[in-house]
Amino acid sequence: MIELRVNGQSHNVSADPDTPLLYVLRDELQLNAAKFGCGLGQCGSCTVLVDGAPTLSCVTPIMLLEGRQITTVEGLGTAEDPGPMQRAFIEEQSAQCGYCIPGMMMRAQGLLQRNPRATDAEIRAYLEPNLCRCGTHMRILRAVKRAAAMMTGPDASPSTHTPVPASAQPDTSETDGDSQRDRRHSEKRERPER
Amino acid sequence: MSKALVRGISRREVLRGTGALVLSFSLTPAVVLSQVSATAGPGDPGGGKLPGSLGKNPLLDAWIRVDADGKVTAFTGKAELGQGVRTALTQVVAEELEIPFEQVSLVTADTSRTVDEGYTAGSHSVQDSGTALRNAAAQVREILIGEAARRLKMPADRLHADTGAVIGPNSARITYAELVSANLLHVDAQPVSKLKDPTFFKVMEKPIQRVDIPGKVTGGGAYVQDMRLPGMLHARVIRPPSYGARLLPLDVSNIEKMTGVVRVLRDGRFLAVVAYREFQAIKAMQALSRVAKWEEVASLPSQARLHGFLLGLPAEDHVILDKHDGAGNVGKPVEATYTRPYLSHGSIGPSCAVAHLADGVMTIWTHTQGVYPDRRAISEMLGMPADKVHCIHVEGSGCYGHNGADDAAADAALIANSMPDRPIRLQWMREQEHGWEPYGPAMVAKARASLDSKGRIADWDYGVWSNTHTMRPGPAGSLLAAQHMEKAFSPQEPEPIPQPEGGGDRNAVPLYVLANARVTHHFLRQMPVRVSALRSLGAHMNVFAIESFMDELALAAGTDPVAFRLAHLDDSRAREVVTAAADEFHWADRPTPAGGHGSGFAFARYKNLAAYCAVAMQVHVDRDTGWIRVLRVAAAVDTGQVINPDGVRNQIEGGILQSLSWTMFEGVTFDNTHITSIDWSTYPILRFGSVPESLTVRVVDRPGSAFLGCGEAAQGPAAAALANAVANATGRRIRDLPLNAARVKAATSV
Repeated sequence: MIELRVNGQSHNVSADPDTPLLYVLRDELQLNAAKFGCGLGQCGSCTVLVDGAPTLSCVTPIMLLEGRQITTVEGLGTAEDPGPMQRAFIEEQSAQCGYCIPGMMMRAQGLLQRNPRATDAEIRAYLEPNLCRCGTHMRILRAVKRAAAMMTGPDASPSTHTPVPASAQPDTSETDGDSQRDRRHSEKRERPER
Repeated sequence: MSKALVRGISRREVLRGTGALVLSFSLTPAVVLSQVSATAGPGDPGGGKLPGSLGKNPLLDAWIRVDADGKVTAFTGKAELGQGVRTALTQVVAEELEIPFEQVSLVTADTSRTVDEGYTAGSHSVQDSGTALRNAAAQVREILIGEAARRLKMPADRLHADTGAVIGPNSARITYAELVSANLLHVDAQPVSKLKDPTFFKVMEKPIQRVDIPGKVTGGGAYVQDMRLPGMLHARVIRPPSYGARLLPLDVSNIEKMTGVVRVLRDGRFLAVVAYREFQAIKAMQALSRVAKWEEVASLPSQARLHGFLLGLPAEDHVILDKHDGAGNVGKPVEATYTRPYLSHGSIGPSCAVAHLADGVMTIWTHTQGVYPDRRAISEMLGMPADKVHCIHVEGSGCYGHNGADDAAADAALIANSMPDRPIRLQWMREQEHGWEPYGPAMVAKARASLDSKGRIADWDYGVWSNTHTMRPGPAGSLLAAQHMEKAFSPQEPEPIPQPEGGGDRNAVPLYVLANARVTHHFLRQMPVRVSALRSLGAHMNVFAIESFMDELALAAGTDPVAFRLAHLDDSRAREVVTAAADEFHWADRPTPAGGHGSGFAFARYKNLAAYCAVAMQVHVDRDTGWIRVLRVAAAVDTGQVINPDGVRNQIEGGILQSLSWTMFEGVTFDNTHITSIDWSTYPILRFGSVPESLTVRVVDRPGSAFLGCGEAAQGPAAAALANAVANATGRRIRDLPLNAARVKAATSV
């Protein structure tokens, strides 16, 4: 048994010590956010934080992680009470298929926890290891900037979060009057039919 | 040119100016009734035919059901592929049915619940299913109003629908829940619907947030990869090292003894392991890979001479355009040859499926693009009746065409078929996805044209050489598992996709006005590399070639590239999109090409049938390294009636970035026997360091017009705009994809 500390909770896990963290998160702890993308440490979709540092969970065996603080997207907030990074990705609609997004969020979280005033160039450079195939990059960059603004602003804590009214959302539209951001906050969540 | 002139006056601007008026009168029947038009609406195909996919099943309750509790369920045969179609289709239903967006749930592709709408492909979902749902919702609304009229004993034209109820004079109000009865909606759709006037849209044309994103960014179970069924086991397949490899005698006894291994399965050259835990399955897969020995055949052409090889293959020539006005006397021809390598879909999440054989029914949860065709293929492979195979779409990682999804579904089904009552979760490894998915075909295009004395195109001759762009399921032989099992199925005979949509010849016919033109599709049957549909099919290559060539002709004519295009366009919507992109980019004021800076422009209407898209791009090329930096991109799109403007933007932004990746970085590599691009180090794609510094999309407003699919509109124009910008920046034209640093450096240093 190895004791892992994930999102502030301790878990005694039974997987073999050479098992990469990703499979323990997904199979044993039933956490969905970290994704299998390559198993080779090449794409970043499995990124989690270990003691605050972005770490590729698909190539990090659990025997190296005892006593370390592991954070996944589930540790940033919930659908009902999303944290700043999650809110930023929702507000900027920064996903297409969304498969790479949890890894993007955790890498960005690692950067902003160290440096919430990261410049555009620093954000781009920091996200370089993570791949997106849908071409959502522009929106991901916008979301990270928005998250940074939230983290340095007054509503930084997830627990004090109140939904941003549509009227309070800045008009980030690129071009014309049609893009007034009168988006609704939909509370509805769709799940695959099981 | 001002934006207002380009777009016309937006009806929303008008509405905004009179918002109070609209609000204060919006509950009166007279105004509300004017929201619907009794005339044939967009999507009405005429001639008594049913709009969109309604013809595939005309029963209204196959598309929309209203429960006794008032909840509305809509059904689409299309699948969410990560492009936001779930949200868009929900908006359509909510709008026409006059019910709050949150109260509509949408069931997507499922062989036991939804209409067979074929594949979710070709930018057809909104055009076909959106049109069907919009018309169905409008007709359901009118049936409910009619039922209320009967009960209230008053004419239907004094009633209107609002927020899930029918409203009449004197506070009369009957909810849909009260109105609906068993067979009320079990009636055939009519060809013509009373569609709402876009002026009164409350849900459509609004950038409503996608319903799937909150779950996806908070660790919700969003993908087939996230499914966990009780008693579920994890499986991995061991694929041959090359296409034709034959498995030699094999001893699996040591693998069977490994920790957690439940089963080692061998059926012909189909090999799989099943274990309790996923990583146990992976370790068993790795061990089995080491002991499996194969006899291989060197069956692949030389990659270095690939395009010569393709041109040398026997070709079936289809002349798809041949027009002559008899004029002769043309100038010196301009000629060019363009090439594209095989391209990988490269989904970030390797393909996955869960299959479960229970009570004689095989249920498969899959991220396929076509649950019905997949069911046909898998039932044929297993020798089971189709009605005993149930395929349910669950989202996967973005697919971009025919990737490994169907093969993974077949793999899972073949394993589950030998292990009844145990749900089997099967996921491919990265190297399997990269090595075995069907690629977008390598292609060659040759263009030849001459200009008249006024600098217009006098004649045009274009040919494109390509394999088929669809080897999708339907037949079992399309599936790897079926090809590899002992009782092997052969792949189907490849066929070209006919015009006007086309496959390899998709967008091979330019939208430009050409007095003399010949376009030939040289269809290649022989396929040394496994290929099928990659997003936009041949349009990426044909638009890259045609729009590169248009710039070469504009240069020869000494004309501005945008002006040259406009001089050959008479389609007013095409002209407007070209003008809008030029305006958005400030084309007239673009920097003079100097110091490695340059600008490029390109345009196409996808399939000549779907959305119009123009892209302008500014780049900087570093001559020392060949590295391209994309500084600025401006695009314009006309996708007809917009459902969700942010969704349209997301598709165009994504299409441009994905195309930049294909065009700057990508190409499948191989030796004589093996595919050698098997991961992200051997198949590099776009990273953040190459993402444009700015990207804007102008959506040209077309209220009241038909839906035009936009999911694949940007790929071709983005590719050509990049190539044109690089040519403008360097003075050298690169006609072979990808425009990677090595190639750009080589081209600019000679």
